[in-house]
Amino acid sequence: MNMMTPRTGGLALLAVIITVAPIGFTNTYFYDVAVNAMFNAILCIGLNLLIGYAGQISLGHAGFLALGAYGSAIMTTAYGVPPIAAMLISATVVGLIAFVVGRPILKLKGHYLAMATLGIGIIIHIVLKTESKITGGPDGMSLDNFSMLGFTIMGDKMWYWVAGVLLILSAWLALNLIDSPVGRALRAVHGSEVGAEVVGVDTSSYKVLVFVVSAVFASLVGSLFAHKNGFITPDIGSFFGSVHLVTMVVLGGMASVFGSVIGAVILTLLPQVLAAVEQYEAMILGGIMMGTMIFMPKGLLPSILASLKRREAGR
Amino acid sequence: MSAALLQYLFSGLTSGAIYALAGLGFAIIYNASHVINFAQGEFIMIGGMASATMVAAGVPMPLAIVLALLIAMAVGVILEKFAIEPARNADVVTIIIITIGASIFLRGAAQIIWDKEFHSLPAFSGENPIAVLGATLMPQSLWVVGVAGVVIVALWWFFNRTMFGKAMLATSHNRLAAQLVGVGVKKVLLASFALSALLGAVGGVVVTPITFTNYEAGIMLGLKGFSAAVLGGLGNGTGAIVGGLIVGIVEALASGYLSSAYKDAIAFIIILFVLFFMPNGLFGKRGTDRV
Repeated sequence: MNMMTPRTGGLALLAVIITVAPIGFTNTYFYDVAVNAMFNAILCIGLNLLIGYAGQISLGHAGFLALGAYGSAIMTTAYGVPPIAAMLISATVVGLIAFVVGRPILKLKGHYLAMATLGIGIIIHIVLKTESKITGGPDGMSLDNFSMLGFTIMGDKMWYWVAGVLLILSAWLALNLIDSPVGRALRAVHGSEVGAEVVGVDTSSYKVLVFVVSAVFASLVGSLFAHKNGFITPDIGSFFGSVHLVTMVVLGGMASVFGSVIGAVILTLLPQVLAAVEQYEAMILGGIMMGTMIFMPKGLLPSILASLKRREAGR
Repeated sequence: MSAALLQYLFSGLTSGAIYALAGLGFAIIYNASHVINFAQGEFIMIGGMASATMVAAGVPMPLAIVLALLIAMAVGVILEKFAIEPARNADVVTIIIITIGASIFLRGAAQIIWDKEFHSLPAFSGENPIAVLGATLMPQSLWVVGVAGVVIVALWWFFNRTMFGKAMLATSHNRLAAQLVGVGVKKVLLASFALSALLGAVGGVVVTPITFTNYEAGIMLGLKGFSAAVLGGLGNGTGAIVGGLIVGIVEALASGYLSSAYKDAIAFIIILFVLFFMPNGLFGKRGTDRV
């Protein structure tokens, strides 16, 4: 493999940043925020496959995140299932749900698709809030550390390295998927669905496949987040949560794996940076969403790369 | 008819009327610009919050209501001018993010300008319930349904009998052709946002005495209005009204007979069923794709 391709180069850069960043971390709070940012980044890499590459919007992915989190929480606390098994079972179930609803839903386009995914997310959120005997209701529920084969992931520092490795792994997986025939088919679907169909791409199967993959990413992140945080409430699955995720993808750059990482990091850090002006947080977030979409509809990373290229060409 | 059923129908019609107004707002903007305005619910919230806080501050109610409607319309126009217009040619996802961003921005602004508390308006004509066949009807419910009815008739008149309304309709059918025969398309876009904002704010004002309002009140109302519009077939005015009433009534019946905890989920369950089996809504035209 050539080290100079954007793919390996980008992965290497990501690995270096993850390794070096802790030098600047003065206390565990930094690790905590960084882990959340990386979890969001993993989720957004999956979601970007759906939004950026296949061109299908989902306003309900926080629902899948919440299902993964609650699946792990309920199975490990109420039934004593080992965390790793609970995580994989949740992800499988979420994948199945996505597969079953995916087919009829992904026939829809544009606003209808937005409405349907939004509806699924909201229904999941309401079920989690209402079935309090199982989920603890709006008060949430707590769960234990993630342990496997006698080894327990504890503390923000250890989670940081786990999340870092998983993030690199996810980016690598996504990049490979994009460069495979599946990825080319997806881009064809994005370009022109009818055109793709005419040249023999089974568009609906590919759309369902990427929907399932992105839902499984969300579920896995949900399980990890639940164990890391030790406590979850239904609000991780709210409509606003889904919007937040889509915004990370779009802000960083649609159809850009590393853009997703950047978008996730920025929007995870934003509330921390704005803590001093907390009451303006919503206005600033809304302003950023509108501003990027108006002035940089392609998102941060693709826009920056394009302007760098222009400058190089101008030389 | 049992008294309980009648009671549920009353409350279903009341909320259905609000959803219908919100759904119409979605339809008008969608027709003029093919934008789904996720900030539609915020117009409902602004109408309610602005009128309630002004009345509480001592402004006479009729004046407060008029001012609240004007504020909402101004917000609608500003939104179109500064957030939608500059992104005219963007794709669906981009515009969705812009309007969701706008709704978050407006909620954030509302919580700073006003506060996070619940506010209410006094009922327009007293709070003495009217007994109807064993069920009770709040006079304010009559106001809600009556005002919604008047607004719908006025809208019909506007779109079918006035030059500007016809110009708006023409733009929704074929933007370029409308432009060629001299319709000021930009003005039509601004007007559609102002009109949608007005519809939402009217709903917000009349329903506030019943449900109270706070800075977050617009989220669910807006999303249910969107369900109503999709249920009826996007861009179809009659569809949005029927869709709104269906959502309101089914919601009231389901929360009465099945489970009140799942009241807010009903609209979305209906909409998923409809989309699975009739992807273009009840009255929508079948979509075609240009390759």
